[in-house]
Amino acid sequence: MAELTVGPGLTESQEAGRLFLYNRRVSSPRSEFLAGARAEIPILFGAAPFGLIYGVLASSAGLPPAPAMAMSSVVFAGSAQFIGAGLIGAGAPGPVVVLTTLIVNLRHMLYSASLAPYLRRLPPAWKAVLAYLLTDEAFAVVIVNYESPTELENKHWYFLGAGLALWTTWQVASAVGIFLGGQVPASWSLDFTLALTFIGLVVPAVRDRPALLAALSAGLTAVLAGGLPFKLGLFLAATVGIVVGMVAEAWWPAKIKGDGRRTTASQDKGAAL
Amino acid sequence: MTLWITIICMGLITYGLRLSLIGLLGRFEVPPLVSRGLRFVPPAVLSAIILPELVQPTGALNLSLGNLRLMAGVLAIVVAWRTRNVLLTVGAGMAGLWLLQSLVK
Repeated sequence: MAELTVGPGLTESQEAGRLFLYNRRVSSPRSEFLAGARAEIPILFGAAPFGLIYGVLASSAGLPPAPAMAMSSVVFAGSAQFIGAGLIGAGAPGPVVVLTTLIVNLRHMLYSASLAPYLRRLPPAWKAVLAYLLTDEAFAVVIVNYESPTELENKHWYFLGAGLALWTTWQVASAVGIFLGGQVPASWSLDFTLALTFIGLVVPAVRDRPALLAALSAGLTAVLAGGLPFKLGLFLAATVGIVVGMVAEAWWPAKIKGDGRRTTASQDKGAAL
Repeated sequence: MTLWITIICMGLITYGLRLSLIGLLGRFEVPPLVSRGLRFVPPAVLSAIILPELVQPTGALNLSLGNLRLMAGVLAIVVAWRTRNVLLTVGAGMAGLWLLQSLVK
């Protein structure tokens, strides 16, 4: 707590008292679960068309309905499913498809590392289930909740709510895509909602200079490295962003902000752990 | 049959990556260097997904005013920055894109 910076008009002890009350607020499992599902709703608008398009693509690539549908629950990873269905349709050998999946999904290791400190006190069964539900779309919502300075106790229910909301939507959307075929007009541009959702999540999370530099350098690297195969560019970009953020933080250590905003995400995390 | 084996292996690989550090981390302390780096994961990964979608919507770099997704995306960034509200951001971005599409047509 000693690191926490203090807003204008509050003494350090008043601030500590306010934080203490804030941190004491514990939500019930049920309300956390519902809050997680609710927070996922904007993302579902992006994920549903994406799942629909996957179903259409898988059937047009020549995958029979059963394996195409099974991929949505066994793999449960949008971009890997797109590329996998494409490769299978093109007749690529199994090991190539599996290796490609490994590379495309490397970023999930970063998500896993990022969430691991918050989940480490959970029983193994919880970890097993939450790891299965750990997609881009769940991570984006869940990490924001974990980084908010409220009580950690029931946040795994929030994760479960967000993860299951996405899982259900993904299964239904892929099924509709597989069985109805490609009737969603591309001119609706519904796939764009996914990028917009991520904008809505990342912009408010960029609260200081190191985070801004991390975001900009990662975005720029992703654009420059877009030609690399199998989404390797995304992994490289994330790595560059993380290193730039850490260097920037060493350069400008967190200090009191002029606008009175209280703290940086790392301090929130320190308080939550 | 090989198709099913391929799908199951894809699933196992994906699950292994997701479980990797969540499964291991209960067993040891996170080094401070790592925990300092972790807070940059969300802005870095999400920006790396967003920016190419905006500036390379068809695969080639397009920074012109005719890139409607870039225009709608900039609008969404401003809305996200001012309101900090995800639904408003998505709504403004999609409304912007549809409006621009109808004007350009």
